[in-house]
Amino acid sequence: MNLVMIAYYALSAYLVVILGWNFVREKKKADDALLYLLVLLPLLLRLLRIK
Amino acid sequence: MRRELLIKTSLAIVVALIAVLGGIDLYRHRHFQVPIVCGPGVTKVEKLSVHVPGLEGSLADTQVFTLEGKEPGGKVIMLGSSHANEPAGTLASIIVIENAVVDQGTVIVIPYFNHSGSCATRPGDGYPLYFDVPTDWGGKRFRMGNRDAAPLEAWPDPDVYIHYPERQLLSYIDVRNVNRTWPGRPNGPLMERVTRGAMEIMRRQKVDLAIDLHGAETMFPVTNCIVAPEKSMRIATLASLTVKAMEGFESHVESSPTGFRGLSHREIGDHSDTLPFLLEAPIPFLDQPTGPKTEQLLLDGKDPFLLSLSRKKKLFVPYDETGWPLDKRVGQHLSVTLEILRQFSKKTPDRPIRLLGVPRYGEVVKNGVGRYFHDPAAAPSGSVVLN
Repeated sequence: MNLVMIAYYALSAYLVVILGWNFVREKKKADDALLYLLVLLPLLLRLLRIK
Repeated sequence: MRRELLIKTSLAIVVALIAVLGGIDLYRHRHFQVPIVCGPGVTKVEKLSVHVPGLEGSLADTQVFTLEGKEPGGKVIMLGSSHANEPAGTLASIIVIENAVVDQGTVIVIPYFNHSGSCATRPGDGYPLYFDVPTDWGGKRFRMGNRDAAPLEAWPDPDVYIHYPERQLLSYIDVRNVNRTWPGRPNGPLMERVTRGAMEIMRRQKVDLAIDLHGAETMFPVTNCIVAPEKSMRIATLASLTVKAMEGFESHVESSPTGFRGLSHREIGDHSDTLPFLLEAPIPFLDQPTGPKTEQLLLDGKDPFLLSLSRKKKLFVPYDETGWPLDKRVGQHLSVTLEILRQFSKKTPDRPIRLLGVPRYGEVVKNGVGRYFHDPAAAPSGSVVLN
């Protein structure tokens, strides 16, 4: 795994944490919570290396 | 608080369900293997990673079939599915594997050259995941793939693909386009490793001819043709003229541009002694202004919008109510390939390549492609290779 790949995984992990945290903190808008989940999905799959 | 938790949990379950249910079909498609029955001419089957170890264990690794003749002669390599959404090349390659007997010379066939691309689909275009070709013993199912390698295998894409060794700047997506990564590197991006594997075969085994089988839109000018560089031009021209005169179909010759790098018809010739040819057969399924991208459109090539455009003379091939069926496209590839081999054998009588048992255009159009596929269930044990 080269340096670029490691950087991309690190970026994905960072975004997963941010989106997950926003999802948890979202109190009122269900549609925003849904959007967080949808954006989270491909990043999570990539991070878990599910093909 | 309880209501919020309930809503969020429900949302998470719904999203997870959609992901799983949507993913099952794609997972099955990715792992679906096409059985290929080794015909009487097949003498060796090996993986491409034998020639470039960097491919081992990856989805891009693929089967290489060798058909060695009874007598020595010239050598040819046939590549199908460089673009896995242009399946006529794969079908023509499999017909050669299942039926050919090599009298003189050696034929090397890679039916799924971009194996990774054949295990993916095109996002947003609504491609069918499979297509079934009717045969005498039932339907033979094939994966319908994508033009480029699966993004999951080659992640992340660069912003710009810098071609090796010319350093020409190409689109980022071309890093996954096996017909932009010739001649390749053993440890380069995944598709460079694939092309490098084929280059190793050509260099080590002193392959005389390389035939890369493609399909192109009817609205694209480089369609229904043989693309050849200067060194292959004479054979390409003679093959083109002969199929038109003897078999009644057009396959004109296009010159390989020198300034556009990474293509098989340019780089193979520049980096080896092999003579490259790229064959394009029209595939209406790939045209943009068509109806839905159905399996039927892929098989029969009939589309009312293309017909209307044809009447307005907007297409680069003759097109009528009969469409441009798969039988015709596969038949063209087989006849042009056989004609290239015949012209090469005439030109270099000390290195002839003679194939028996491979149908030509007229036979494939009359009998259908399916007639030439053998039933894996009835094949002798050990003769079926999954790809």
